[in-house]
Amino acid sequence: MRTSRPARVGQYTALLAYLAFLALPFLWLVSTAFKPPRELGSLHPTWIPNDPTLANFRQAFDEQPLLHAALNSLLAALAAAVVAVLIATPMAYVVARRRTRLTKAVTGWVVVSQAFPFVLLIIPLFLVLKDLRMINSVPGLVLVYVVWALPFALWMLAGYVRAVPPELEEAAAVDGAGRVRTLVSVTAPLLAPGIVATALFAFITAWNEFFFALVLLKTPQKQTLPVVLTHFIGAEGVADLGPLAAAAFLATLPSLVVFAIIQRRITGGMLTGAVKS
Amino acid sequence: MTLVTEASPPRRPAGRGPGGARPRRVVDHGAWFLVLPALIPILVLSVGPLLYGILLAFTDAQSGRTEPTEWIGALNFRDLLHDTLFWESFRIGLVWAVGVTVPQFLLALGLALLLNQDLRLRWLARALAIIPWAMPEVVVGIMWRLVYNPDAGILNETLRDVGLGGGRDWLSGLATALPAVIVVGVWAGMPQTTVALLAGLQNTPRELHEAAAVDGASAWRRFRTVTWPALRPIALAITALNLIWNFNSFALVYVLTSGGPGGRTRLPMLFAYEEAFRYGQFGYAAAMGCVMVAVISIALAVFLAGRLRGGDDA
Repeated sequence: MRTSRPARVGQYTALLAYLAFLALPFLWLVSTAFKPPRELGSLHPTWIPNDPTLANFRQAFDEQPLLHAALNSLLAALAAAVVAVLIATPMAYVVARRRTRLTKAVTGWVVVSQAFPFVLLIIPLFLVLKDLRMINSVPGLVLVYVVWALPFALWMLAGYVRAVPPELEEAAAVDGAGRVRTLVSVTAPLLAPGIVATALFAFITAWNEFFFALVLLKTPQKQTLPVVLTHFIGAEGVADLGPLAAAAFLATLPSLVVFAIIQRRITGGMLTGAVKS
Repeated sequence: MTLVTEASPPRRPAGRGPGGARPRRVVDHGAWFLVLPALIPILVLSVGPLLYGILLAFTDAQSGRTEPTEWIGALNFRDLLHDTLFWESFRIGLVWAVGVTVPQFLLALGLALLLNQDLRLRWLARALAIIPWAMPEVVVGIMWRLVYNPDAGILNETLRDVGLGGGRDWLSGLATALPAVIVVGVWAGMPQTTVALLAGLQNTPRELHEAAAVDGASAWRRFRTVTWPALRPIALAITALNLIWNFNSFALVYVLTSGGPGGRTRLPMLFAYEEAFRYGQFGYAAAMGCVMVAVISIALAVFLAGRLRGGDDA
């Protein structure tokens, strides 16, 4: 289709406006992270620091237990991702390949669970975890994260299973392969990229999660990165802007890197689940 | 290379009709064994707590209290009915949910239509879209606090530069706080909505579009008669989900304003969180959760009814 020249100009103007809207807040965060205190106090802030410095990063690590928090986040997110995918994959297989009352109920629950306000879930979980003495512990948080990650893990994985042609499995069966053999040597290899993408997505969502961590983790030594970041903002909402920006910037980097790697697969998996089911 | 083609979902093999070839041999009696590892945690840690939460709404459960918790019937709900602060937060939640979802949808639709064109810079749009999508909500909140900062923020500086005054404290002004957080909500959710809509656009039959263009249909007419009908199911689904997610959101506004100033941005989840974990009123907060679920369910039912009436097959 031909597009006229003025229409083209309009299109590019709109696109540039969108790109600016998406990019500028992030560039401002980066800029603030590298500014010395003198420039942060300036009444006429500039986009590019005149005198860039790494002092904010050092100060951020001095002020809050960032390394410890990152380690907690890493632990919680890794454990949650691995466990969630391990237990979701077999079920996703059944949900994708079979339509029974059970699989319909599971699919229904997956949809409905998206509508829960989390207070309704966290208050009872808080009470139960308290009885189990698992408040303020990373394993307690992992337990919550696994359950929280299960719906979308099932959703994505079922999408990937549907993308594996059942004919392949039948062919293997005809060739005399048993059920386990078929699953292991035919289905699993085809499913592997989807499983990895789902695990990474579960990792990112747990790494970024805030509400459950805020409620369950009480002492700074146990808290995850998003919770510790909020400590940079004082009680009155006053913040030491430089270290705040530096810490926030660092907390984002792992997510951005992992997400950049898996983004294509996620959109694929989520959409297969959302559109084609 | 477009966002669409690269984000294309794995396809179902063509020609597999309903009831057609199903590998009964692969999944049969082993199904239970495969289902249990996920089913047990779901039942024990999700469905169970949810039912427990609903029960708690009918008790006077509080944190750190020594007397046993008692069954108090619908008392919490009666109190809730007269709790003007709660209904105010409910109203704010609705304004926020609609205020974020609608502009976000329109912007995302515009962006998706643009990205569906043959334009340069599409790769850049895709690269940038990752930022809001992958960022922790807490960081999004912090970032926008830096943008909105009355003195050191770039927003006021830009406004000063173009001669529109400035020095406004957006997040703590009574009138500006809610619009300011809504802008952040729009920013944070745009990529997902855009990608979903792009996938929908991809489903639009291109030939139909071209035929319409050859027939001399205007761009608007082509959009109305060809693009929109194909896009409608996914547009409705993503809008419903966004409304629900936004109504239930917490972290972003918690970091931006903590519900202030004067409760102007206190979303229902923030209210319930404070009630439960600051004041220890577990029963009362659970009742709030129940009311939220009820309203969301009704809204969903109405939405689904509308969808059915619209005659969608998706």
